[in-house]
Amino acid sequence: MPNGVLIFGEANEDGSLAGITAELSGAATALGGPVTCALLGSGVEAVASQAGSYGANKVIVVDASILKDYNGDAYLPVAERIVREVDPAIVLLGQTMMGRDLAPRLAQRFGSAVAMDCMAVSMQGEKLLAERPAFGGAARARYTINGMPQFATVRVKALEAPEASGSAEVVKQDAGLDASAVRTTVTSRTKEDSEGIRLEDAKVVVSGGRGLGGPEGFQPLEDLAKTLGGAVGASRAVCDLGWYPVAAQVGLTGKVVTPDLYIAVGISGASQHMAGISSVKNIASINKDADASIFKASRWAVVHDWKEFIPAFIEEVKKIKSA
Amino acid sequence: MPHIICFVKQVPDPETPASQFKVDEAAKKVTPAPGVQPVPSQFDTIGVEAALRIKDAHPDSTITVVSVGPDAFRDTIKHCLAMGADEGVHVNDQALADADHWATAEVLAAVVQKLGDYDLIIAGRQAVDWDMGVVGSTVAEILGVPVVTIAKTVTYDAGKVTVERVLLDGFETVESPTPAVVTVSNELGEPRYPQLRQIMAAAKKEVKAWGLSELGIGAPANRVNLEALFVPDTSVETEVIEGETAQEKAALLAQRLKDAKLI
Repeated sequence: MPNGVLIFGEANEDGSLAGITAELSGAATALGGPVTCALLGSGVEAVASQAGSYGANKVIVVDASILKDYNGDAYLPVAERIVREVDPAIVLLGQTMMGRDLAPRLAQRFGSAVAMDCMAVSMQGEKLLAERPAFGGAARARYTINGMPQFATVRVKALEAPEASGSAEVVKQDAGLDASAVRTTVTSRTKEDSEGIRLEDAKVVVSGGRGLGGPEGFQPLEDLAKTLGGAVGASRAVCDLGWYPVAAQVGLTGKVVTPDLYIAVGISGASQHMAGISSVKNIASINKDADASIFKASRWAVVHDWKEFIPAFIEEVKKIKSA
Repeated sequence: MPHIICFVKQVPDPETPASQFKVDEAAKKVTPAPGVQPVPSQFDTIGVEAALRIKDAHPDSTITVVSVGPDAFRDTIKHCLAMGADEGVHVNDQALADADHWATAEVLAAVVQKLGDYDLIIAGRQAVDWDMGVVGSTVAEILGVPVVTIAKTVTYDAGKVTVERVLLDGFETVESPTPAVVTVSNELGEPRYPQLRQIMAAAKKEVKAWGLSELGIGAPANRVNLEALFVPDTSVETEVIEGETAQEKAALLAQRLKDAKLI
């Protein structure tokens, strides 16, 4: 009988344990254990015991140089073997670069299905009930999965991370990987120079939309983001118009961001944009149109021309910061 | 002569305020308000754009656009043909009216097998209605071919596809033997828009209409059950920041953010 929950923890590029590991541990414990945490990568053994400190009963660590950077073809057979050995009822991954790629392929290997990008998971009797946004956040959908195991990926920072307590048994395994099974080759990795903080990591995001009237409108937003120690985002409309780089696009067809504070400037609030900020609790919006639909989702609404407001606001923020 | 297959679907225009989508909790369906146009799912037309860029480099390429859906989806296939794809396959079968992502993936895999030889399958990284993001990868697993997800460039050269795959802080270059599946992201760039001349030319291009009987399969079983569909409670108490001047409003907002420990 499949039993318990298997989670796939992750390490950051600098070798530290990724926050999603604790978040998944907390979710798995709430679903009902036993909880096994799998940790795949190179150099990950160093954080294996920490990975076991958030409620897992056991950590399976596969520390191998071939797993240094994520490559689906290399990770998939290792992950598949661990799922077969552990034989869990439920498998949770993060909605991360790894989880997005690995989870659908892994689920197919078991003829099962995966609910992607969940905001909540719970039990409905014996079944996993996975809740996720759809239609740009206009709707929430709850799914059950017919196959076994039942797979879900969970959005980063959507769930509370438990405090570290206790420890787990750590079991080391070899990758046992047949190199010929790895068909895809990563030939190079290129870091793109982005100034300052990454959108995905920023605690404050200042975003601009068509209401800015032109690309020059982003300069004051960059100034504001710098003052707040945040990053700049943009709506699809302005990226399409070429006013701002597409890498900064927030929304359904761009990035999902989870800052503590989101400042939306000249953004009307199309559902495709709102999908990118559906788990943000604090939105402040500046728009001269009092009927802009983004105000309904905002904690603070400023009905004003941004050209006047933003410079004044930067001054006020500076006053507070220097006080 | 590379043969590229693109998967496309149609969605209600996502450039619409969320309030324009009516969520029918009893029927578990989302109904767009009248006037919300059905459009090709954006990542899918980006996929067709990726295929067309390969065709620009290899003019002897053939691009087949495949879609599984009701009558209206034909418009999306026609749009892709007007962009420059060569032929279309429209799987339109009443038995697939409630097909989930996995049932759809199995049908798409059956279409690929019926089409025969192919070098590359290109799909959007996700559709912009249900956002599940599983179909391309699932089809690759069914067919037993490699998949590279979230591409920003796709180039093809004699039995090999080279993909720049988007990462959080840049990209990685991945090579894969073909046949393979690639899913594309918005970083690839804007899909080209058909000119009138191309729209007229597309009218003459063939769209094969296939049902499950032509594919020789039964309706695949769904793997997920939609237990509930509802409008999330995202209502927040909105405070309108009052003031006579920009300075007054700016000071008040800054104070509120400080009180909330956000700055």
